[in-house]
Amino acid sequence: MNWPETRNVKETNMRQLFTFIRKEFLQVLRDRKTLLMLFGLPIAQIVLFGFALSNEIKDSRIALVDYSKDAITTRLIGKIEASHYFDIRRSLAGAEQLNAAFKRGDIRMAVIFPQNFGDDLIHTGKATLQVIADASDPNQATTITNYLESIVTDYNAELAKDAQQSLQIQPEVQMLYNPELRGAPNFVPGVMALVLMLVCTMMTSVAIVREKELGTMEILLVSPFKPIYIIIAKLAPNLLISIVNLFIILVLSDVFLDLPVKGSVFLLVGCSILFILTCLSIGLLLSINAKTQQAAMMGSLMGMMLPTMLLTGFLFPIENMPVALQVLANLVPSRWYFIIIKQVMMKGLGFASVWKETLILAGMCTLLFTISLRNFKIRLQ
Amino acid sequence: MDAVITTDKLTKKFGAFVAASELTFEVGKGEIFGFLGANGAGKTTAMRMLCGLLTPSSGKATIAGFDVYTQTEKIKKNIGYMSQKFSLYDDLTVSENIRFYGGIYGMSRPAIKKKTGLLLEELQLQSETNTLVRELPLGWKQKLSFSVSIVHDPEIVFLDEPTGGVDPVTRRQFWDLIYAAADSGVTIFVTTHYMDEAEYCNRVSIMVDGVIAALDTPAGLKQKYGSASMEDVFYELARNAKRKGD
Amino acid sequence: MKTLVFLLEKEFRQLLRNRQLLRTLLLAPLIQLILLPLAADYSVKNINIAVTDNDHSPSSQRLIAKITASGYFRLTGYTASYPAALKMVEQDKADLALQIPAHFERDLVRENTKQLYIAINAIEGTKANLGGAYLRSIIGDFNDDLRVQWNMMTETGQGNAISASAGQDDPPQVSVASSNWYNPFLNFHLYMVPAILVTLVTAIAAMQSAFNIVQEKESGTIEQINVSPIKKHIFIIGKMIPFLALGILLFTMGLLVGRLLYGIVPVGSLLVLYVSLVVYLFAMLGLGLLLATYSNTQMQAMSLSFFFINIFNMMSGVFTSIDSMPGWAQAIVFTFPPSHFIKIMRTVVLKGSGFSDIMPELWAMAAIGVFLNTWAVLNYRKTA
Repeated sequence: MNWPETRNVKETNMRQLFTFIRKEFLQVLRDRKTLLMLFGLPIAQIVLFGFALSNEIKDSRIALVDYSKDAITTRLIGKIEASHYFDIRRSLAGAEQLNAAFKRGDIRMAVIFPQNFGDDLIHTGKATLQVIADASDPNQATTITNYLESIVTDYNAELAKDAQQSLQIQPEVQMLYNPELRGAPNFVPGVMALVLMLVCTMMTSVAIVREKELGTMEILLVSPFKPIYIIIAKLAPNLLISIVNLFIILVLSDVFLDLPVKGSVFLLVGCSILFILTCLSIGLLLSINAKTQQAAMMGSLMGMMLPTMLLTGFLFPIENMPVALQVLANLVPSRWYFIIIKQVMMKGLGFASVWKETLILAGMCTLLFTISLRNFKIRLQ
Repeated sequence: MDAVITTDKLTKKFGAFVAASELTFEVGKGEIFGFLGANGAGKTTAMRMLCGLLTPSSGKATIAGFDVYTQTEKIKKNIGYMSQKFSLYDDLTVSENIRFYGGIYGMSRPAIKKKTGLLLEELQLQSETNTLVRELPLGWKQKLSFSVSIVHDPEIVFLDEPTGGVDPVTRRQFWDLIYAAADSGVTIFVTTHYMDEAEYCNRVSIMVDGVIAALDTPAGLKQKYGSASMEDVFYELARNAKRKGD
Repeated sequence: MKTLVFLLEKEFRQLLRNRQLLRTLLLAPLIQLILLPLAADYSVKNINIAVTDNDHSPSSQRLIAKITASGYFRLTGYTASYPAALKMVEQDKADLALQIPAHFERDLVRENTKQLYIAINAIEGTKANLGGAYLRSIIGDFNDDLRVQWNMMTETGQGNAISASAGQDDPPQVSVASSNWYNPFLNFHLYMVPAILVTLVTAIAAMQSAFNIVQEKESGTIEQINVSPIKKHIFIIGKMIPFLALGILLFTMGLLVGRLLYGIVPVGSLLVLYVSLVVYLFAMLGLGLLLATYSNTQMQAMSLSFFFINIFNMMSGVFTSIDSMPGWAQAIVFTFPPSHFIKIMRTVVLKGSGFSDIMPELWAMAAIGVFLNTWAVLNYRKTA
């Protein structure tokens, strides 16, 4: 048979590469269930979390115990009822029932007006009400205690208005970037970083190990394919899927969560691609050492899920962590990506504000890619 | 014939695709019955129906006297099965595998112990009693797999392409095991696409495109089709087949 | 029954032989339990504040001193103009910006009231909430001090218009005496560790059980099971028991770590905890089983279980409160067993809740468990 002469080696290589990439795509596209997950997962999560997650504390269930039952307590209770901070669940007859209510998780706080509350206030100028908070969740306890205190402060201000020299300072508070205190502006970028990272690394590592397990990897290695082509072809479908995911997420955020990209989409997508490449490199690195698919999966999951969730900075402030963890956090790519998303998407800032983070990501990407490439080659020997 | 397997127009459709069509045959006790055909001809579908793994679309069948629609659990008590993948547990030892399969078929512990000894002796695997199956060479795995499939002395044993990827010497030894089992009264139902193995069977059926194109002794078939070997018989029958194998 | 014994024998043998798995399963959770609480500190401290003081009066200086002395805030900027302070917030160099306008002290006395301007980066809700609350609290205290001082001054001060108010009583004030029950030191570990323990056990139960069954599917051994007379439900029970045991083991280890490392001793009874654990595992193993019946490859099993586990982790009240979710989300979360178990864990460990207190949650988990397991058993077919 006569084989057609190829013009030059480079052209052949390119053609081979494309053939390979096409095969990879076909494989991925045919696995319907996994495909569903690859797309469905990020989308479902972003929408779900965007709507459902928030750190806002409102409608906290509280109980009232009023031993005094006079005009003043009624007034105060009215104020408490009127605020949207609280949802008065019950008026307990006595404080003995408190422990039971707390234990059942029915209420988070109890407000107790002692006897002669109103009388004490009028005659001695001072009255104290008791607030008992369920401090299982310390932040919530602190916050709703504060809410209650602010209602009392308001009331005090009313009382003081009548007297002279009230010297009332009025703080005017403006909530920036997220006036309604929705959870989405914090969680959506965080979940974006988390999900992109996890999906990229896991899918990549498992895909490569799968070929190893099935034995088809050996065939590839025996072929005249350069290792770097194998890598590129393996990463290509995941890269594309992740980019498509990214766009879907951005569109959904805009349409459903009212979170448009305030800054440059071009910049955001560019940085995102950088981030995705970094994650793919990590997946590559993981796949080199794993012998079975299960090991690759458990490795990525146990090894990556936790640090990513913790150290990205959207669940817990990194500044609060022990120094050792803060240093560790700097090694997690999603931490930097999270900052970029917030600055560009939420605040609408430009490259000038994120050049540092972008540079770090670029550095990580290059480093990881080089290391995995080298390790991959070593494995072949 | 003392029939242990009877089928009457047994059919399996997957949607519009008819995988097996109106299969009608009988297998007698102690027979080595070969079920031949190209890949995709419908052998595995037919076997899975007989094992109680697949519900037929229509037609009748009885295995060891039990109805294949209503008494699948009783069937399973009385048959053995060896899959293409040799389905032993890689991470259990030889004796642990025997123990497990003996146990789930209801054998008592003393019986299992005794059988294990016999089996290992027969296969000459005594030294490998405590070896993990994944460390056994392919041929030993295959022989072990067969022995495990009849550990509970079933009436019938179904073998699905049992000799794939094994060297000729091992294949011969394997068939020796099959003969020994048949001699002790076990009926053997084996599917294969190795035509030379057809010669080892008492009777052979050849499936083409989901139907039984021929059923007879190997000698009878060779005479009928004027062929010197079973391979030629097969070629005669299958060359016009519409369903090509993988 | 006898077949179950043989099944269990095999399952446990396989489990104990899988060194890599055992290591990952037992080690990783420990690391998680150690690391996570260290990092998971929601207590808000070191809030960065940028202050613009256009007044430069003794009062404004005192206010700023009070703010920095409070321990909650770090003065990261002292800018000449408010826009500059806002810029710092934009650049994430400050979380809050405070402007004390010009003539603050003078106008406060003259007009009896005066504004202060605060801008808060509200992207992260907790920080915004608490930061704002702390600042308001400090300003409120400062206001009270100022008022008292001023009234004292005017009482002892020279005559004129001011002395007209001399002898006037301080306005009546209601004060609040607050106490924190069950966690008086506001220790975050008490809150987080029980929940984290749940997330760990969840991964083992739902994910690992699914993998295990799918592995049998992939290797073909499940066919041998299907062709044998083992009853469907016996096979399933045989699969669940080892993971139940593993889950209980993990949980116990977690409790020990919680005790040794964080000094967390459950206030409630261990019996309550373990019974809840078993009901919970029953539900989650049911989920794992169900997922396995829908997966043919390990990759699929992984995708499916990862999907659910991630949603459970984020939405079951570990990091954010379920109360703050919209109604429809709360309804969805109600069907998640982890949300119930986490609530049980927190109430039993911190508050000493007993069986009667957690009945609703136990029932919910049991019902979900029955539903999932039934679905799984029905879906699993020995005969196709």
